[in-house]
Amino acid sequence: MTWLGVMYLLTVLALIPLGLVLWFTVSRGLPSVLHPEFFTNSFRPVGIPGGGIAHAIVGTGILVGLASLMSIPVGILGGVYVAEYAVDPWASWVRLASDVLVGTPSIAIGLFAYALVVVPVHHFSGIAGSVALAILMLPIVIRTAEGAVALIPHGLRESGLALGLPRWRVSLQLILPAAAPGVITGALLAVARASGETAPLLFTSLGNTLFKVDPTQAMQALPLTVYQYALLPYKSLQDQAWGAALVLVVMVLGINLLSRWVLRRQIRLAGQL
Amino acid sequence: MPPARRVPDRFRTVSALVAAAAPAILVVIVVILFQQAAPAVRHFGLGFLTGTEWNPVTDMFGALPAIFGTVSTAFLALVLAVPVGVAVAVVLAEQGQTTLRGILGTGIELLAAIPSVVYGIWALYVLAPWSYQHLELPISDRFGSIGWLSQPGARSLFNASLVLAVMILPTLSAISREVIRAVPRGLKENAVALGATWWETTWRVILPSARAGIFGATILALGRALGETIAVTMVIGNRYAIPPSIFSPAYTLASVIANEFNEATGTLYPAALIELGLVLILVTLVVNIVALLLVRSTSREASRAA
Repeated sequence: MTWLGVMYLLTVLALIPLGLVLWFTVSRGLPSVLHPEFFTNSFRPVGIPGGGIAHAIVGTGILVGLASLMSIPVGILGGVYVAEYAVDPWASWVRLASDVLVGTPSIAIGLFAYALVVVPVHHFSGIAGSVALAILMLPIVIRTAEGAVALIPHGLRESGLALGLPRWRVSLQLILPAAAPGVITGALLAVARASGETAPLLFTSLGNTLFKVDPTQAMQALPLTVYQYALLPYKSLQDQAWGAALVLVVMVLGINLLSRWVLRRQIRLAGQL
Repeated sequence: MPPARRVPDRFRTVSALVAAAAPAILVVIVVILFQQAAPAVRHFGLGFLTGTEWNPVTDMFGALPAIFGTVSTAFLALVLAVPVGVAVAVVLAEQGQTTLRGILGTGIELLAAIPSVVYGIWALYVLAPWSYQHLELPISDRFGSIGWLSQPGARSLFNASLVLAVMILPTLSAISREVIRAVPRGLKENAVALGATWWETTWRVILPSARAGIFGATILALGRALGETIAVTMVIGNRYAIPPSIFSPAYTLASVIANEFNEATGTLYPAALIELGLVLILVTLVVNIVALLLVRSTSREASRAA
């Protein structure tokens, strides 16, 4: 057995958990997912059939949607700044801060959002959850947008400036559209990450058994459903947890694969230029 | 012709201000957490870090068991993940793009995409029972005389480290792979020209050259492992004490906060929990900054040498 063979073997070994997670999530989650009322009903107490995760799906949609509104525009502009003015010392500080923020424990971000949004109004809310998720998403958007914009050849920038365009038009109307696939991919990856996070929501959005669309109320979310139901001693709720986990995995992996496809398409199209 | 004058680049200022959101948020997080933890910090001082009792009823709070749990799960996870992660990085850093490597690479990236709560539920119902049957019981049967390998249980420090290792592997291998790729090709070609085999080049030339960067990747993975909450909480057993064995239940900083925060009443209890969060975030901050500087210095060195 060659050393390279050993390395390949270890790599395959590393992928075994992936296969197992996907296998068990599908096999244990499918029974719940196959019932349509799983997606149209909300929480039903144990013993009453027909419980579902409608409130969690809508909750995740609203929480992540609000968080995206807060973080994506700011993140893209920040990423454009770091890429366009990379010589600025401030840009390196922003880059370092983003990388550090990415690695910050999400539960600490949840505590921060709790102190900032929940404490002053004495109320758990979807807005507090969105704030926490937005803080989580921001550095991802900044770094991916920076990466996408940095790849654009200088020629495009220079031609824009040579034609007399103001600096902001060059960056926002010339460079950004050219970098769009990479930027969109980054935003999608941030959305995928935020959809799967539980810890920041534990003391901000708190969770709810009721179907809520008002973000000033506590809201349920898919990862919260998985976390809460998995730890309960009732088989019916544990099954729902697996079902919610399956929905979550399909959503997150779907977004990831979609963004890879978008990137690959861009590379293919760029090759034709 | 009139002398050229510099037009102020307003876009630069505006976008720099918007970009300031990232460092500003980081600073504000630490400040606010300090402020919220202040009652506990003032009350316990440094004794908080060495105290072992966690009693909300008598308002006695000490963080040591939680700190021990956090650090030991993270280190154990690294011990398990580093050999595999570096092997993966070496495999994926090889030149050329083959279908097999493409699939393996995509697989490793998908590992990173799976939400931690899905790892948690899988670890709780699949990994932990399996590990108890096939790892903990045999190991403790054979080596149980060594104290820290006895007392097997499904909810344990070991199982938490196991799931952590799976979760930090993608980060570790992705950064290690970039670091290995950044090693100047000339170095590898010199070794091959001198007649070195693939293993000799990898083990004696490439990896030593990438050593600092791989170390940085390890530290970065350590930072992730320290902060991971949900998957760990679901399998670690949530017992507030320094475990007698790695197969016993334990607790981590993040797990204590996740489990107890919503029920913490009074002033000292929530403040103590937030102080745990403060300890966690400060440790992670230091670890991350050290790691990032290490990884950056290796890639800068590599591009200078190339």
